Amino acid sequence: MLLRHTPKEITERSGLTINPAKTCQPIGAMYAALGIHGCLPHSHGSQGCCAYHRSTLTRHYKEPISAATSSFTEGSSVFGGQANMMQAINNIFTVYDPEIIAAHTTCLSETIGDDLKQIKIKAEMEGKIPPGKEFISASTPSYAGSHVTGFSSMVRAMAEMAVPTGKKNGKVNIIPGWVEPADMEEIKRLANLIGIKHILFPDTSGVLNGPLSGEYKMFPDGGTTIAELKSTGDSIGTLALGEWCSADAARYLDTQHKVPCSILDMPFGLMATDRFIDALRTVAGKTVPDEISVERGQLVDMISDMHQYLYHKKVALVGDPDQLIAMTEFLVSIDMQPIHIVTGTPGKKFEKRIREITKDMDCEVKVKAKGDMFLLHQWIKNEPVDLIIGNTYCKYIARDEDLPFVRWGFPILDRQGHQYFPTVGYKGGLRLLEKILGVLMDRKDRDDPEEKFELVL
Amino acid sequence: MAIATKKKLVQWDPTEIKEELLKKYPPKVARKRAKQILINEAQENETPEIQANVRTIPGIITMRGCTYAGCKGVIMGPTRDIVNLVHGPIGCSFYAWLTRRNQTSAGPDGENYMTYCFSTDMQEQDIIFGGEKKLARAIQEAYDLFHPKSIAVFATCPVGLIGDDIHTVTKNMKEKFGDCNVYAFSCEGYKGVSQSAGHHIANNQVFRHIVGENDEVKPGKFKINLLGEYNIGGDGFEIDRIFKKCGITNIATFSGNSTYDQFASAHTADLNAVMCHRSINYVADMLETKYGIPWIKVNFIGANATAKSLRKIAQYFADKKLIDTVEKVIAEEMPEVEKISREVRTRTEGKTAMMFVGGSRAHHYQELFNEMGMKTISAGYEFAHRDDYEGRQVIPDLKVDADSRNIEELEVEADATRYNPRKSAKEMAALEKAGLKFKDYAGLLPDMAKDTLIIDDLNQYEAEKLVELMRPDIFCAGIKEKYSVQKLGIPMKQLHSYDSGGPYAGFKGAVNFYHEIDRLVNSRVWGYMQAPWQKNPQLSASYNWE
Ligand code: SF4
Ligand code: SF4
Repeated sequence: MLLRHTPKEITERSGLTINPAKTCQPIGAMYAALGIHGCLPHSHGSQGCCAYHRSTLTRHYKEPISAATSSFTEGSSVFGGQANMMQAINNIFTVYDPEIIAAHTTCLSETIGDDLKQIKIKAEMEGKIPPGKEFISASTPSYAGSHVTGFSSMVRAMAEMAVPTGKKNGKVNIIPGWVEPADMEEIKRLANLIGIKHILFPDTSGVLNGPLSGEYKMFPDGGTTIAELKSTGDSIGTLALGEWCSADAARYLDTQHKVPCSILDMPFGLMATDRFIDALRTVAGKTVPDEISVERGQLVDMISDMHQYLYHKKVALVGDPDQLIAMTEFLVSIDMQPIHIVTGTPGKKFEKRIREITKDMDCEVKVKAKGDMFLLHQWIKNEPVDLIIGNTYCKYIARDEDLPFVRWGFPILDRQGHQYFPTVGYKGGLRLLEKILGVLMDRKDRDDPEEKFELVL
Repeated sequence: MAIATKKKLVQWDPTEIKEELLKKYPPKVARKRAKQILINEAQENETPEIQANVRTIPGIITMRGCTYAGCKGVIMGPTRDIVNLVHGPIGCSFYAWLTRRNQTSAGPDGENYMTYCFSTDMQEQDIIFGGEKKLARAIQEAYDLFHPKSIAVFATCPVGLIGDDIHTVTKNMKEKFGDCNVYAFSCEGYKGVSQSAGHHIANNQVFRHIVGENDEVKPGKFKINLLGEYNIGGDGFEIDRIFKKCGITNIATFSGNSTYDQFASAHTADLNAVMCHRSINYVADMLETKYGIPWIKVNFIGANATAKSLRKIAQYFADKKLIDTVEKVIAEEMPEVEKISREVRTRTEGKTAMMFVGGSRAHHYQELFNEMGMKTISAGYEFAHRDDYEGRQVIPDLKVDADSRNIEELEVEADATRYNPRKSAKEMAALEKAGLKFKDYAGLLPDMAKDTLIIDDLNQYEAEKLVELMRPDIFCAGIKEKYSVQKLGIPMKQLHSYDSGGPYAGFKGAVNFYHEIDRLVNSRVWGYMQAPWQKNPQLSASYNWE
């Protein structure tokens, strides 16, 4: 037993988090920043945070993750890190020459009270930012929110780059939220099929799923360009996917530049994808091409084909709010029973949404925001499930409780393919179903006594 | 196309390469970096010394981590029956959760908290009003849930700034519990220039709070401690296997797969064998001063180095039976090792390697590459000090700067009742005379060829340049460097946490390593960088349908 000390009996904890279901803000900011073309993310704090974020992103995406740090020492921690940041800006533009630096704070620089907006003004005055180059920043203290909040804050910083010209560009902004590079690609494919001109930001496709060709590009070909970001204020509207990841930026463009927005769920599963496609065709005033309707029909077909195996299977879920909301809805829609749902990210709204989605299920549903995986494990011990879906850390629970396990979310440290195969959209739905059925049937084949073991299932 | 056009620099001139590395830097940065790049044994060096353990330059993409990573991640991470509780916002704790590949076995007592991540997950109000109360609650909750022998508390950056007195909180909790040792580490990330400061903070506290807590005499003969071995990929398991076969008793490993009780009993061993000089040499010194246990440097990376280290241990105990057993074990283990190395050498001989890791690994792993006939053409440490490069004789001359002053040096004296020199002065002198060197480490430089490049705190830009210019057959560093190097078409092996596989220590480890490097440098994948139409972009003839 790997988590042998986890007791079944649940006790109240007010000081201790065990096996967190979230991590800290800056890593989200770093991931988002990598979705800007020619961007070097910068961590304003001591170097350890940056090393950890880079390592974790590298392990998940299996791609180089470049990011710089202000490398605070004790002195900078006492007197503030402005001098370090100035030096860093100079070194970065001289040595790496990115188009843009996207800086975020850490707990340390936030606690000291460093103000990156202020520092930027000073750097500009001193001519440290070369002409034509950009510097944006987000405040990302990890003693509030989670990695999701940090992601959202950096996406908002991107939206703040908008410089409206007063002339509409005929495009729709799509904010995909923290999804895989392949998901971003899939979202673009769907938008293109419908024939919508769009600006997707951030866009890590072409950045974090790059080819191996003997050439290392510190700034790969992908990513939303600065020109695109500047023109988001001229777009006809914004579709923000995910309240937690994307709404803040969309609302900013709405209130600041009168770019109207709709906040949708992330398009995982049948119904959320339906709503996304419907929104796309409505804002663009186009008809949905048959190709997409066929894809939808294929997903419905697969749901019907698999229904007998999935029906009323109980599921434990852990991950981030936007993803979990869509996934819970998907599972409910295919008559599975998500009964334990935990996110580490705070937000009562999350629990409320999950309650709404699961209200017609005829079994008890436990849901917690600001929870941890220790609690999830205890819930499972008290009421077992047939399947667990979550990031790699779930494998310890899965092994101890002998549960089928589908890896989905962040981080995935022990499997590959998530960068390349989308789980958004109808095609993504097919992949999710394939994975779910795969682990359930593998289990059945493993456990069935010989006389029940069958060729055709 | 990079591959096809850029020829490998066989006859490269190290001075030119050094210039090339520094060319793009702003003058201040170039001056600083110049001192951290040394051409081995070359006259051109302005000073014969290398600058190390100095600050990282803001904005220059470093390979280094922080003090907390060295303390919680490296040293205390692999302790299995201590509840390691991180006091701070969630991230620092999350990233150190199972991400180093320290293997652990729960042992007969079944206690193993390695798989857990404990944090106080500080929130805004804790930062504003102080987090001591929350910390005390967290310790209490951990105690109530698990009743561990010991709870260790680690401070992350904000904790130091807001002034939480973690040492008083832990002291009070320890007194309250009575049966659980609770102590804290002030290992805020900004405390030092690298992980190295964290190793020191961790080791000091282990020495202060745990070592010497259990006087019970453990069974077994030839008792040693293995210092600076972290059981990455099961290295420690392999070394323990060999010890057992030789009849050597390992009282405590600092700190791979270690337990509280191992640390507590460390003072009952009769010899300290130091693997990673950087992370722990001072503990060996303290154990000698306080308890009279001598120390020798060992290295179990490389089959020959393993044999040599075993012989050193046997020589120390000067026991005929032990000496014979050690020889017998070596004779038993070596044939398989030699068989594989002979086989692999046909494919690896003459290939080149670069290594930029750790405090010792960039030195130790050269043994394995040598055994495969591979040359190390450039190496350096991420967080070592000058003595790890140049040898311990430079220790008295090391400058104490603002950053190293931060790190406490424990004042240790001989223990009133337990100090017991394991060997008399005469015996020690005789052993020295017979060639067994105590407290001795000559560092990396003497083992590197003339004109090789030694680079301290190599950064991403320099790494990329170096690989481009010198095109080694393999590059070794950490996870952050892995994919940028591989994009250039050069295989990369992680030598901190090994990407996969292991153990690489001892005899079986050597065999694993030979196979692994053979696999990497001879993988077919490096030949697929270009598609046929990229190799021959011009259409010279029409397609032949036949
Ligand atoms: S200090 Fe804050 S920003 Fe840095 S790793 Fe820890 S939680 Fe994350
Ligand atoms: S906050 Fe400090 S202790 Fe935590 S990872 Fe960052 S540098 Fe290290």
